Amino acid sequence: MALNNEALQQQLINDLIIESAEGLERFDNEILRLEKGAGKSDSLNIVFRAIHTIKGTAGCIGLGKIESVAHVGENLLSLLRDGKIKISPPMISALFEYSDALKEILGCLEKTGQQGDKDYSSLLQKLQQLQTGEAPAGETPLRAAAMPTASANESWGLFADDVAPVAAPVTPAVSENQSWGLFDEESAVASTATAPAPAATETPPPVENSPARAAGSVSETAIRVEVSQLDKLMNLVGELVLARNQILQFTGEATEPALHHASQRLNIITTELQESVMKTRMQPIDNIWAKFPRIVRDVTRELGKKIQLVMEGNETELDRTIIEAIKDPLMHILRNSIDHGIEKPEVRVKAGKPEQGLLILRAFHEGGQVNIEIMDDGGGINVARVKQKAIEKGLVTAEAAARLADRDVFHMIFLPGFSTAEKVTNVSGRGVGMDVVKTNIEKIGGSVDIFSEPGQGTTLKIKIPLTLAIIPALIITSHGERFAIPQVNLLELVRLEGASARSGIEMLYGAPVYRLRGQLLPLIYLNRELGLAELSEAKPEVVHIVVLQADGQHFGMIVDAINDTEEIVVKPLGKQLKNIPCFAGATIMGDGKVALILDVLGLAQLSKVIAETRDRALTEKPAESARADDRQTLLLFHAGKNSRLAIPLSMVARLEEFPLHSVERAGDQEVVQYRGQILPLIQVSKYLTQTETAAAPQDPMQVVVYSESGRSIGLVVSRIHDIVQETITVKRETPRRGIVGSAVIHDKVTDLLDVRGIIRAAEPNFYAAAEKV
Amino acid sequence: MANPKQFCTFFLDGLYFGVEVTNVQEVLRYQPMTRVPLAPAIVEGLINLRGQIVTAIDLRRRLELPARTGEKLPMNIVIRADDGAVSLLVDEIGDVVEIQDDIFERPPETLRGTARELVRGVYKMKERLLLVLDTQKATHCN
Repeated sequence: MALNNEALQQQLINDLIIESAEGLERFDNEILRLEKGAGKSDSLNIVFRAIHTIKGTAGCIGLGKIESVAHVGENLLSLLRDGKIKISPPMISALFEYSDALKEILGCLEKTGQQGDKDYSSLLQKLQQLQTGEAPAGETPLRAAAMPTASANESWGLFADDVAPVAAPVTPAVSENQSWGLFDEESAVASTATAPAPAATETPPPVENSPARAAGSVSETAIRVEVSQLDKLMNLVGELVLARNQILQFTGEATEPALHHASQRLNIITTELQESVMKTRMQPIDNIWAKFPRIVRDVTRELGKKIQLVMEGNETELDRTIIEAIKDPLMHILRNSIDHGIEKPEVRVKAGKPEQGLLILRAFHEGGQVNIEIMDDGGGINVARVKQKAIEKGLVTAEAAARLADRDVFHMIFLPGFSTAEKVTNVSGRGVGMDVVKTNIEKIGGSVDIFSEPGQGTTLKIKIPLTLAIIPALIITSHGERFAIPQVNLLELVRLEGASARSGIEMLYGAPVYRLRGQLLPLIYLNRELGLAELSEAKPEVVHIVVLQADGQHFGMIVDAINDTEEIVVKPLGKQLKNIPCFAGATIMGDGKVALILDVLGLAQLSKVIAETRDRALTEKPAESARADDRQTLLLFHAGKNSRLAIPLSMVARLEEFPLHSVERAGDQEVVQYRGQILPLIQVSKYLTQTETAAAPQDPMQVVVYSESGRSIGLVVSRIHDIVQETITVKRETPRRGIVGSAVIHDKVTDLLDVRGIIRAAEPNFYAAAEKV
Repeated sequence: MANPKQFCTFFLDGLYFGVEVTNVQEVLRYQPMTRVPLAPAIVEGLINLRGQIVTAIDLRRRLELPARTGEKLPMNIVIRADDGAVSLLVDEIGDVVEIQDDIFERPPETLRGTARELVRGVYKMKERLLLVLDTQKATHCN
């Protein structure tokens, strides 16, 4: 029994910590609103209730210190709420300090189980002084209650009239929590009923708190679920997906119609279940953004600037693991924008800009990714100064710096040890920062881009995947073992055969390199790095090089075989294996066996393939990007008897071959089963004018898979030629069905296929449905 | 009189070991395993336990006993650890036995090596001695 009580107590404390953190966040936000003069009619009610809940719960589970600290602020807030005193700037600062103090005690409680012995008496004294100091001197309590001020009316809303007579006998001096009693309860209930959604989810604390009630404010439509429980569910669903795949394989061969039906149902239900479970892990980005107004306010004050923070897309949802991972990077970027980006008011006025700087945070979904943009209207990045700093720090030579494009200069702020802040402040400028931001975002498969206009401001664009739990990966084999490589790290695959396999790899002082389009690509052997096998002297007939990037640098990894790409479910490794840098986790393959996921950055660092090449990678880039700007990568192919066709490779999700007998019909549409989904097929030649009757279908069919907004469609072509990088000039001629224009590619006239037009003609619902999704 | 404790017993190189039943999640026959390159030597591989990836530890190697010989495949005892499950590979599974605390004794001073750290004590059973394994320590790599 004793143990039971202890467990209950711990549970109550945990609930208090979670609840209070939420409450204090609301508290901060409402106080911020009040400071700006934009307080809602029930702002004071919300802050009062937040504190009251903390105090009540802490009191009934015997946390005296929290109760007593909370109590003093509650008194001040109740006076404020009743309009007996007016809110003032010193009071707002004191209230923030008060909220910090509570957070501190709660943090201490969470870490140590004790409330800590820090002394808050000066803060408490300040709060007490504000209570008496701000109240009109000599005013009798009766008068104060009988003549409620306008703001009192506002905050009381409907209830004010009913309450005033009850309140009358209560003097402010004795407005301690005992005497509030019942009355307090009523007001809380009333405002809950009328308050807008966010406040309504909170249940007011009961006066005679029974431990059971205090354990958590349970609203009717939501329950708290342990994250580990969701993870477990996710695991099981992943397993179900595998079992489903195996069943589908068997039923594909069976002829029993009932079995087919059952497996089809299983298929649909499993897919839906998977999606639903994924959704339970999604959280609005607001969970981290809610803290930002307060941080911006504090930092802005500290630096003597004036900044308005605008947040758009608070409801954008992403996986909770990602939310955690981007919290600190975002915070850092914000601080940076305030410190370096936005100028001091006097500088802004001189530059003809409004005194108040603008900081916009925007989040939205696009292309299966979450985009976050942080924009400021500050001074922008000073290209000359960045270059000079980079030369001073030896990150780049003066000659190389002179050749750098502005865009590459912007990216230099992500280099380690870089800071252009004139002086090191409390906020930023210590040279650890943007590089950590970049590494952290790349660690979760995201990317950061930066744009800046001198005098106009800077924009940072972050793209991150929706979820970390399921990622596309390339499966390779090395020494008989399968490994998964996250697709985000993958650049291209190179296969060397015959003579080039024997001589393509050259040795540079014992370090293997390969000439990839004229540039040296450092190589590593996966077998050797993992200690699976020593490098054999025999020259193989075929060499597979996986070209990877880590930390912005390229290198090649030689593997035994390349299998396929797959969507894999990422699972963590146990603590015994956490110290191995080259594995990011493990996954379960279709056959139920476990495969390890390679951590490309860790592997690169372990093999020291990227450490020294940093400077070179930086200086090489500009030439490359200058060329790349007007060059396009195109897929060349034939469809029927038409001239050669091309589409931008960026529109191609995959190239596939399907045996002719796998084609099924859904309505009047040809379809194939593809990765557990139904892929509609379009015969490209049918949609081009010149073709006569469709030629006899080929076996296997060559299919270009095109994907948009999570939906895919297969374009059936007759032959795939090549992938080329070319600067093309499109000549528009008389419009032809299915063609956007023509260009000369590799000395041949090539028609550019109007992919969207063809899809719209063949499958009018494709885009409508995609938009709906 | 203290409550009797239940132990899941197993054999390892002729020695008779036990772990508290409350720590054991399940007992499995041999499972196919994926080797982990560069892993500590005691890690035999990874197994798929209904979608959960579990690290398998070769208990012979952990206890510095001679390597397993012969055809017989080891068995898995899956232990609940702080961060998910860990599997201990053992030679053979014994019965679940109920033991009173009064036949317990601290390990003798002469016990050496890793056994000294991992064996919490000895139950003096009628027929033989039961060595009690500290599962938390056993699943930890040094």
